[in-house]
Amino acid sequence: MCLGIPGQIVEISSAEKKLAIADVSGVRREVNVACIAGDAPVEDLIGAWALIHVGFAMSLINEEEAAKTMDVLKMLGEAQEEIEAMRASQREMDRAS
Amino acid sequence: MKYAEEFRDPKAAKGLLAQIAQVIDELGATKEKPVHIMEICGGHTHAIFRYGLDKLTPEGLEFIHGPGCPVCVLPMSRVDECVELAERPEVIFTTFGDAMRVPGTKKSLLQAKAEGADIRMVYSPLDALELARRNPDREVVFFGLGFETTTPSTALSIQQAASEEMANFSVFCNHITVPPPIKALLDDPHMILDGFVGPGHVSMVIGVEPYRFIARDYGKPIVVAGFEPIDLLQSVLMVLEQMRDGRAEVENQYSRVVQDDGNPVSIAACDDVYEPRPTFEWRGLGEIDSSGLRIREKYVAFDAETKFSIGYGKGAPRFVPEPEGCACGDVMTGRLKPIQCPQFGKGCTPEMPLGALMVSSEGACAAYYQYGGVDLEPAE
Repeated sequence: MCLGIPGQIVEISSAEKKLAIADVSGVRREVNVACIAGDAPVEDLIGAWALIHVGFAMSLINEEEAAKTMDVLKMLGEAQEEIEAMRASQREMDRAS
Repeated sequence: MKYAEEFRDPKAAKGLLAQIAQVIDELGATKEKPVHIMEICGGHTHAIFRYGLDKLTPEGLEFIHGPGCPVCVLPMSRVDECVELAERPEVIFTTFGDAMRVPGTKKSLLQAKAEGADIRMVYSPLDALELARRNPDREVVFFGLGFETTTPSTALSIQQAASEEMANFSVFCNHITVPPPIKALLDDPHMILDGFVGPGHVSMVIGVEPYRFIARDYGKPIVVAGFEPIDLLQSVLMVLEQMRDGRAEVENQYSRVVQDDGNPVSIAACDDVYEPRPTFEWRGLGEIDSSGLRIREKYVAFDAETKFSIGYGKGAPRFVPEPEGCACGDVMTGRLKPIQCPQFGKGCTPEMPLGALMVSSEGACAAYYQYGGVDLEPAE
């Protein structure tokens, strides 16, 4: 929750709502990119790496930093937890009330 | 050096450790009279234990593990209120998974869920919003929890809910901020702190300016640090060098991610949505001035405290004492080491936590339990 996880922006899902699809270690999920979008068109973010906190891309980072951060998160077991949380959340949303 | 081979760059690590030992010597610090450095962030606490940095560094250096794990400082009364909300039949209660196992006075959210409350563990407030859209006849409450790394996400989600005029989404806002508890710790006459390793990702949001008072008013060094073991060692060295040189400054070791003025979009969203509460309760630390955030009047429609008349929204918050024998408060302020708590590894384990510091992997006790390498007596 507190440590972000690196992901690569691969697609824009809603330019108006500043939502994009990020690839986090092979898991694709929607993230908000308002905090990293700046004034440029959101499409410019495709291919960029970002630190993602609870579904919000908070900081642009380079690919090397992304790889190094992912290594530390894996060592701490946090990467696995974060990815599992993404999957579990999808299941919870799909669960009928 | 058991862990050194796990470092990305063991040579750099050895070099930094030698430099740290050198400056510790120059400072005249010893095992009996050590330098006390507090790492504020729970992620740093976890990394320090995982990489054994507390053992690799000289005896004259002692890490004090700060109150930087939001789950660990969550008072039991807040957990009780979460359970109360979750047990309302119209409510779908959404929370980060981290909060599920925190003990309340009667039960945790996990137990409430097992008993039938509709509680969904979500990865993001975006998912709570989506649940509200999919369930228009239910009230979706999101448990807003965490420091400045998660406050912007909740703020942006509230703004989004407002723009969609959603009527069935609200936030039980228990967000807290990092600088006020540091000030409270520095004001505590029992606390002996020589310097700080500052949080990386919190600083990515708020920048480094909010820490200025630590150097200016208290004459203590603080270095904002990254999460790799090399980052942490380098930051510790920078703190020690400031001490040796008689400087007290705010330095940024993690400038590859942290801009000095933070993230402007996040800061603007938080200013728009929240205002500081006069005081807020921290588990183990008590009430701390201006340390919690509440939702501003303009977004009151999305404030679960008002909507359901609960928590601080109800008037005076309910204070609940810690469970018998729990020494989380003393551990959090550095008065006790985790293993000095009489319940450590006996009445309190990660499987059956008594105190919150044992719940999360970012809590000092859980980290100590997992990596501390201490010989534990079997549970009674």
